Amino acid sequence: MRTTRTSLIPVHAALLAIFLLGSNGPIHATELRGTGDLGLVVERATGSLTAVDTTRRVVLGKIPGLGDLSHASLVYSPDERYAYVFGRDGALTKLDVLERRIVKRVEQAHNSVGGAISQDGRLIATSNYDPGGVRVFSAETLDKVADIKAEYGKGQLAKVVGLVDAPGQKFVFSLFEAGEIWVADLRDPGNPKVDKFKAGKEPYDALISPEGRYYIAGLFGEDGLALLDLWNPDRGVRKIVPEYAKDDPKLPVFKMPHLEGRALIGDYWFLPAVGHHEMLVIDRREWKVARKIPLDGQPVFVIPRPDERQIWVNYALPDNDKLTVIDTRDLKVIKQLQPGKAVLHMEFTPKGEAVWVSARDDDRVIVYDTETFQELARLPAEKPSGIFFTARAHRLGL
Amino acid sequence: MRYGLFPVLALLPLALAADQPSPQRQEALIQFLKQDCGSCHGMTLQGGLGPALLPEALAAKSDDVLITTILKGRPGTAMPPWDSFLSRDEAAWLVAQLRAGLKSHTP
Repeated sequence: MRTTRTSLIPVHAALLAIFLLGSNGPIHATELRGTGDLGLVVERATGSLTAVDTTRRVVLGKIPGLGDLSHASLVYSPDERYAYVFGRDGALTKLDVLERRIVKRVEQAHNSVGGAISQDGRLIATSNYDPGGVRVFSAETLDKVADIKAEYGKGQLAKVVGLVDAPGQKFVFSLFEAGEIWVADLRDPGNPKVDKFKAGKEPYDALISPEGRYYIAGLFGEDGLALLDLWNPDRGVRKIVPEYAKDDPKLPVFKMPHLEGRALIGDYWFLPAVGHHEMLVIDRREWKVARKIPLDGQPVFVIPRPDERQIWVNYALPDNDKLTVIDTRDLKVIKQLQPGKAVLHMEFTPKGEAVWVSARDDDRVIVYDTETFQELARLPAEKPSGIFFTARAHRLGL
Repeated sequence: MRYGLFPVLALLPLALAADQPSPQRQEALIQFLKQDCGSCHGMTLQGGLGPALLPEALAAKSDDVLITTILKGRPGTAMPPWDSFLSRDEAAWLVAQLRAGLKSHTP
């Protein structure tokens, strides 16, 4: 107790000094602020993250030392103070968003593709290719609490994709080689209860609907999607829209679509079609294709503006310099943008007045006004890929 | 590694030298390998949804098989044909870089 008291004096002196000097460094306790308008941009080639302020549209600083961040993603703690970063090299890193420093880092697997945070924010799950499976960690300490091996057939391990959190302290994920969907109940964290479902050939990614009811896995090895109704798991997985691609041959797929855009608007789901220059509109009352919207390339992300009036689409090679905006009232293309080379991701501000877009090969992030499509800002970032705003903290499956 | 080639190239007949991509194109190809091949094989090529492309992993496979795989893809798998982006010479050059290991290209 006594030591704590005496050590406070130099700390105060240091903070005061920083305050007086007008530091550009990490935000200190002298500058009280929230985190609700902050975000992180993945810089895949340098293994760093750039922290941004979405109100002032500025870069706050860089957090280096995160390893191989190709295909990296991250989730936020419920208080939006901490981020958990999932690196391709299997590292799990806990970051302090305010202080912009690494709190803890563990090498949890050899090859990893993403992760999720539990409904209550206490558990972090990683989606691993090698060794294939899901590992679960304490969000507080990053100590491992469970290891769910994705075993199938004669004891082989499948790569795990499409890992999301679901209500009831569950994690749901897909096994690429095994063609299965697993639902793991972590209410007793050290003793996960796993339900397994046959899904179809090569699920490559998945999404959970925003309310947490439907888990939908895209299938690479066959046409259609695998749907699991988490309110009625006893009904098993249902194959939906298998007919959508019967007539026209599939094009080569130069980049796998991502499904987590979750464009569910009224009774319609908007999804990227694999190997086709189109977006599918699925009527969820019958789970049938209601319409196909022709596009200028193979869509990767299909993301609704938060108010659902627009859908934004980016593309796989060779059309990955474009963005298309669709008006959801009549499903017409209302705008084409060319933000730069290799447009990898976009993230809307929580209420959707602006969208942030990463142009990997131009080393920049561009911010657009979503009403006027005017460029609002242009920020430097090294080979930026995923953009993640803290508002994700309060949404299931993100 | 890349730069070491120039003195050798200068001694070769012009026709042979033309098979090598230009220095600018080589740079673009390495970016392509890291970023675009990397989206499945990992940026450091240690594997992802697609297998690892490290020298040890490719040792048992012939150049021809590898070049054909790049250009024509592997039907029944997620590997697409890249021949709309790459010539045969460029694919051959990439295979040589893979065998040498991508580390020789890290700045």
